[in-house]
Amino acid sequence: MTTTNLGMPTRVRLTPAPPEGALIDSPPFPQAAIRELGKDTQRANLRHATHTIRTKRQRVVAELDHWQDLRSAGEAVKNRVARHLDTWLVQLEENLTRAGSTVHWARDAEEANRIIIDLIRATGSDEVVKVKSMATQEIDLNEALEEAGIAAWETDLAELIVQLGHDRPSHILVPAIHRNRTEVRDIFLEEMGRYGTPPPEGLDDDPGRLANAARAHLRDKFLRAKVAVSGANFAVAETGSLVVVESEGNGRMCLTLPQTLISVVGIEKVVPTFADLEVFLQLLPRSSTAERMNPYTTIWTGPTPGDGPQDVHVVLVDNGRTRALADPSGRAALRCIRCSACLNICPVFEKVGGHAYGSVYPGPIGAILNPQLRGVESAVDRSLPFASTLCGACDDVCPVKIPISDILVQQRHRIVEAKKAEAGRKPHLEPVLMKGGGWLMGDARRLALMQRAANVFGLVGGRTIGRIGNWPVPGLSRWLRARNVPMPPTASFRAQFDKTRGGQR
Amino acid sequence: MAGPTVALFATCVNDTMFPGTPDAVRRLLERLGCTVVFPRQQTCCGQMFTNTGYFDEAVPSVRTFVEAFDTFDYVVGPSGSCVGAVRHQHPMLARHAGDAGLERAVGELTPRVYDLSEFIVDVLGTVDVGAWFPHPVTYHPTCHSLRVAKVGDRPLRLLRAVEGIELRELPDAEQCCGFGGTFSLKNPDVSIAMATDKADHVVSTGAEFVVAGDNACLLNIGGVLGRRGDRARTIHLADVLVSTREQPTTASATTAGRAR
Ligand code: SF4
Repeated sequence: MTTTNLGMPTRVRLTPAPPEGALIDSPPFPQAAIRELGKDTQRANLRHATHTIRTKRQRVVAELDHWQDLRSAGEAVKNRVARHLDTWLVQLEENLTRAGSTVHWARDAEEANRIIIDLIRATGSDEVVKVKSMATQEIDLNEALEEAGIAAWETDLAELIVQLGHDRPSHILVPAIHRNRTEVRDIFLEEMGRYGTPPPEGLDDDPGRLANAARAHLRDKFLRAKVAVSGANFAVAETGSLVVVESEGNGRMCLTLPQTLISVVGIEKVVPTFADLEVFLQLLPRSSTAERMNPYTTIWTGPTPGDGPQDVHVVLVDNGRTRALADPSGRAALRCIRCSACLNICPVFEKVGGHAYGSVYPGPIGAILNPQLRGVESAVDRSLPFASTLCGACDDVCPVKIPISDILVQQRHRIVEAKKAEAGRKPHLEPVLMKGGGWLMGDARRLALMQRAANVFGLVGGRTIGRIGNWPVPGLSRWLRARNVPMPPTASFRAQFDKTRGGQR
Repeated sequence: MAGPTVALFATCVNDTMFPGTPDAVRRLLERLGCTVVFPRQQTCCGQMFTNTGYFDEAVPSVRTFVEAFDTFDYVVGPSGSCVGAVRHQHPMLARHAGDAGLERAVGELTPRVYDLSEFIVDVLGTVDVGAWFPHPVTYHPTCHSLRVAKVGDRPLRLLRAVEGIELRELPDAEQCCGFGGTFSLKNPDVSIAMATDKADHVVSTGAEFVVAGDNACLLNIGGVLGRRGDRARTIHLADVLVSTREQPTTASATTAGRAR
């Protein structure tokens, strides 16, 4: 086991340590992106994985004639949820309680973690098995548990790879998308034996044998664990049922074997009726794993005497969601069902991977969600809405029709307003330049004057050099170091049109 | 047959950097029987400001756009991105400005704003514009033409009708070239990596030209092609469509012609 020394008495860790530092303190996206772009193996892995899943998704989506109707239905249900979230949540609480689940409300990550730690302590257990869950990643539950002396074991194969690799997830659905199987083998050989059943001798990078090594490693954890922690893909208000959608069956193990089950659920996960699942259980697998149907869908409605967990808890977490809901220009982001189709289609994500985003929510959804959930105080959250070319590919694939590009622009506006409010206290050059540009474009005569200056430059430059090459112009070298630019013409269009046509109006 | 009167929306990038393209639009539309005018108050669609988050700074562009074009039945621009920005963002910006009069004017004007390919196919009702361009080309659909202006396959239908042209399929055609306006300056490394992919795909087709409906994207792609000394050049759709046996468009007249 590894130890950490933070100037305090050395403490023996129970689980593999993730990279140091909090995600919120990550460098802004442009810097992190440069770091990630330099990782050649990762780039190849990402390229291969994203292109494969994109093609598959396209194929299974094209099978359904009513795909666009399904998307609209998903959008409509989620809008209905957001409009009356308070009503649905109260109904959900009533029906969860009626079914025998215990409901807890958490305002933020800290409160959620405290509740969960207390619940686990009450069982006398010092370890939990975990179903893959974005909500628990968001609140950084594993590290909170570690500090409380409770070991949290990830049981999803990719989450296990990430955990054993002292790493962080880089994708919502495929957290180890940045790793290839040789790297996975190395991680297993190096780390598995330290935390439980070791891998078999001479493990190679055959996917089947790697999966078997993970299966053997996890098996005794499943059989031993008294407590499981899960998230939920959906929470049905009408019946008080929770739904977990998964591929590997590890989730089913966690949800059925232990005595105590604690589910951490973002408050936006509620859907009004059981029938609403019809829409989402079609949208989600096709959008995420590109499957017609996912292998395991577990639905539970409180404890069943003598079968499965007898002590069932649900922690409903806000953690910034009501703040997002309050913003009409951004609240559509709460419709997200975490399918990750927007990540897979994103040409920027494909280049840099999830670690560049400084959050458990990377890619396009992360770029619009993080500033809403976490605010725009940190350098990384201020940079995220700009981590997009606004190409709109994500808008087209999102199963609940979140207008991601529009929200990106609205979040950019929010950040610009925050910067403007800091005028005089912090030096921001961009607002000054943009103000000048706006003034220039406010009157055609001003634009014409600027064009004449460009034409003079073009006249001289055109005769001498012909084009603008790799010139070390501050700022512009960001463009020019890889891309030529033609010289400006010797006359703008408006000037030419004047000559040929005498102008109009 | 006297065709409609068209107000040419040159766009600030074309007006300033690529005057050949709006001029090609003028000649093409005149050949197709239209009367083309250039309203002098026009400046810019404002998306450089809007998309960087500067809504207040974009509002003057919305006003000049309305002043320049509100009396015309047909406003035509050779840019899916700028036309898309007018149609998709001007209503939001007018609302942001809190100016009900502007909002109304924008609402009335935007349905009359067309991308060049839409105007030819939908309004003039033709795909064969009598063009001749005997070169192997590949077509990059550009993100905003595709997903904001939603011009669909109109540019391809126009290209297929060009005499002598050889259309080659671009791998990963719908993937962004990495320009993204100020993205290319805020995230230059990612932008360059994406532009390099696009340039590689263009080169892999062996085409002489990569055609698109947006010179800003072509500036980006052509910038890489030009720097690397690749043979492929960039050309705007209008420059292809205006080309005839009598007056063929030459490589030196195109956007990348000046960037190598
Ligand atoms: S934003 Fe849409 S596409 Fe992206 S993860 Fe959420 S639901 Fe899926």
